Amino acid sequence: MPFAVVLILLVVGSILFHILSPWTFTELASNWAMVDFTVDITLWVTGVVFVAVNLFMAYCVIKFRHKKGARSTYEPENKKLETWLTGLTAVGVAAMLTPGLVVWDQFVSVPEEAHVVEAVGQQWHWTFRYPGKDGKLGEVDNERISSQNPFGIDPEDPNGQDDIVVYSPEAHIPLDRPVKFLLRSKDVLHDFAVAQFRVKMDLVPGMDTFLWLTPTKAGRFEILCEELCGIGHHTMRGAVIVDEQQDFDNWLARQSTFSEHMATPEGNAAIGAAQYGICAACHGQQGEGIVAMNAPKIAGMPDWYLKRQIKNYKRGLRGVHADDKFGQQMVGMVATLVDDTAIDNVTAHIATFPDKPPETTIDGDLAHGKKLYAVCAYCHGGDGMGNEALNAPRIAGMSDWYIARQLSNFKEGVRGAHPGDYYGFQMGLMGQSLHDEQAVNNIVAYINTL
Amino acid sequence: MSYVAIADRDHEQEHHDPQTFITKYIWSQDHKVIAVQYGITAIFVGLIALCLSAMMRLQLGFPDEFTFINPENYYQFITMHGMIMVIYLLTALFLGGFGNYLIPLMCGSRDMVFPYLNMLSYWVYLLSVIILIISFFVPGGSTGAGWTLYPPQAIMQGTPGIDLGIILMLVSLAVFIVAFTMGGLNYVTTVLQARCKGMTLMRMPLSVWGIFTATVLGLLAFPALLVSAIMMLLDKTLLTSFFMPAISSMGADPGYTGGSPILFQHLFWFFGHPEVYIVALPAFGIVSDLLSTHARKNIFGYRMMVWAIIAIGGLSFVVWAHHMYVSGMNPYFGFFFATTTLIIAVPTAIKVYNWRFGKAIFTCVSRCCFPSALFSRLFMAG
Ligand code: HEC
Ligand code: HEC
Ligand SMILES: [Cu+2]
Ligand SMILES: [Cu+2]
Repeated sequence: MPFAVVLILLVVGSILFHILSPWTFTELASNWAMVDFTVDITLWVTGVVFVAVNLFMAYCVIKFRHKKGARSTYEPENKKLETWLTGLTAVGVAAMLTPGLVVWDQFVSVPEEAHVVEAVGQQWHWTFRYPGKDGKLGEVDNERISSQNPFGIDPEDPNGQDDIVVYSPEAHIPLDRPVKFLLRSKDVLHDFAVAQFRVKMDLVPGMDTFLWLTPTKAGRFEILCEELCGIGHHTMRGAVIVDEQQDFDNWLARQSTFSEHMATPEGNAAIGAAQYGICAACHGQQGEGIVAMNAPKIAGMPDWYLKRQIKNYKRGLRGVHADDKFGQQMVGMVATLVDDTAIDNVTAHIATFPDKPPETTIDGDLAHGKKLYAVCAYCHGGDGMGNEALNAPRIAGMSDWYIARQLSNFKEGVRGAHPGDYYGFQMGLMGQSLHDEQAVNNIVAYINTL
Repeated sequence: MSYVAIADRDHEQEHHDPQTFITKYIWSQDHKVIAVQYGITAIFVGLIALCLSAMMRLQLGFPDEFTFINPENYYQFITMHGMIMVIYLLTALFLGGFGNYLIPLMCGSRDMVFPYLNMLSYWVYLLSVIILIISFFVPGGSTGAGWTLYPPQAIMQGTPGIDLGIILMLVSLAVFIVAFTMGGLNYVTTVLQARCKGMTLMRMPLSVWGIFTATVLGLLAFPALLVSAIMMLLDKTLLTSFFMPAISSMGADPGYTGGSPILFQHLFWFFGHPEVYIVALPAFGIVSDLLSTHARKNIFGYRMMVWAIIAIGGLSFVVWAHHMYVSGMNPYFGFFFATTTLIIAVPTAIKVYNWRFGKAIFTCVSRCCFPSALFSRLFMAG
């Protein structure tokens, strides 16, 4: 008897939970309503069977409970019943299968008018490429990838010259127009998944894969990598931003093409020297950093990272948090660098500074620090010299008090919390493995020894 | 001359009665002892896997207290937990443990037909477990590639344990498969050749049917895993490119060219999907027998159950790519594998119905049928 009651309660509970459940589908933002429909059908078919079978079992438990003298009957088989059940099951299965096949058919047939966006995955970032005016993407090859040519585009291929390269984890697409995402990976398997779009697909190195959709809502939708791709897997985030056509066109016009990217002149260190005058007050004549001014050493820091930080300050991605009083100082200062050329020049000048090891100010438990550093080494390298391909800067041989401050900033969301600061956000997630101030001191002490 | 079942050819049977403690309990050729050895070892590694999962939970629940579990460890734990549970615990327990114990007893044979091979099978299994455990302690730790070990990440920078960790994992798998093959040949041969008089195939207990079919699946499926383990070992150590295309790993070119990661996935799941049933079919069989025993009823639709087991076994070889719909394989495969996958649901459902009906008409509710009733409920809900 109690068993029967439990069974019945379970059925009632399941149904009530389904009706009252706070869990709902993520809001839909694409044409793939059909995917939700197939999920619903499956739920209905299996739900009905679940209820029926359990109630039947409860009924039997009550009806055929132990009675003195009752004897069981021998009924080894029942052809009719078995045939009926098999038939009914087949119908249920067909009901689940058919809509699935229909929607899959739509998924594999990309509409001809779809425009193409290439999403390129790498450990642990997204970048994008658009075909440009000629509507064709240039040839690419992973073996051609370098820091100059991060997409590995063939420089000889005329189709590739006008390709628009977006070296940032944010892709824009226009509203209500079908888009085909071509997916490509530089290194390992990744997966392009946007929950609101309902479709996803793996990125496989060595081949192109695709998915398509028509966005039906404007907004920012997060891209998650849904294929375990290494230690930074959970930090591999990007976004698809769905714009009105006009906004999209404007955005696209602001991006640079492959040939523009290759032709960008080197910064002029001589002009940069004049601009550096103001920086010297805080960062020192030779970029060696001044503790009293709270300004870190920037000499010896690779230029790609310096440029990105200066642009982050300019765009309001860094130094905007209310508690980031040192970052806020920098925001005023970068205003003196009016455009990209000015930034290129000043970083070219910083590159001429000698790279002198700064004084160390932090001590700690080196053995513990070493253990903690194992995770950092994946991105910043075993020697702490950073890796451009991973967007991870140099952290060894830099101002240690500054490193310690950044680590607590990352942890507390003072740095890297802005939704547009993908690289800072990634570092913020990795920084969570440092649990307290002691851990930070230990790891910085270890970094000092590198 | 009419055929006499091997089990009944008394005079031909070699009696290998155990002599000393060592031959009786350690280097034993007795199927029951081997079964217990298998069972204990499997449960022991299972306990390790249990600890790993407990640690993962603790990390998730109290991230600031369990500071010794860093992201590397987390991935290593989840990988080893999965691998141990699926292969070293479940496969070994159901086939090596229950299979060894039950097949001769339920078929009425003296012992397994190849007792010596049976003994070897256990010791080779133990070796694979030891290799697996060593991999926790090598520099860099065990692999953290996820239990599917997908290349390129399993052997490329960015994943924990890409040095000795992954190498030992692959070696251990290969050794395990050798052990399984020795045991498996034994189970299949015993069931086919050494049943006692009157034990026709259509009278065998469903437990034996489940174990038998699972073993046949294993013998056909594990070779796919064996070759993929060996090919990946070569990719890792000799820089061959079976599974490795040209890539740019962390800004450097590791020198691979032309391989296909999808090929690994096909091989892996050609093993991986039947593996689901290698583990499930013996359990199905045992549940059927438990239910009918405790309900004091014969199994309802026995013949249907046998055919359902066989159908599931056969179909389980043509559904593997349902693990790969969005893996980037040719999307047209999707139609085929979706269809076969739902077809396999039919015989599986039949089994559930028959458990229900077996019980439906029972006249005394025994307490003991609780766990198995619970099982059939859980399985259905799942
Ligand atoms: C008023 C003092 C001051 C001046 C002037 C100044 N900075 Fe800074 N700078 C700082 C401080 C303080 C920080 C550290 C911010 C933090 O802790 O988040 C910083 C950080 C930076 C960083 C980030 C370093 C890193 O490792 O992330 C860069 C790049 C930088 N400054 C470049 C410049 C340049 C170029 C100029 C000249 C245009 C300049 N700074 C002028 C105070 C200054
Ligand atoms: C998944 C890759 C990854 C891992 C792992 C990682 N980092 Fe970072 N780290 C980054 C990236 C990317 C940035 C650049 C952030 C930016 O551009 O704003 C960064 C920035 C930093 C900075 C700021 C440097 C500066 O000059 O401002 C510090 C300090 C740092 N990381 C320390 C660490 C430490 C310590 C660990 C180990 C606990 C670690 N990182 C692990 C990717 C990583
Ligand atoms: Cu990824
Ligand atoms: Cu499967």
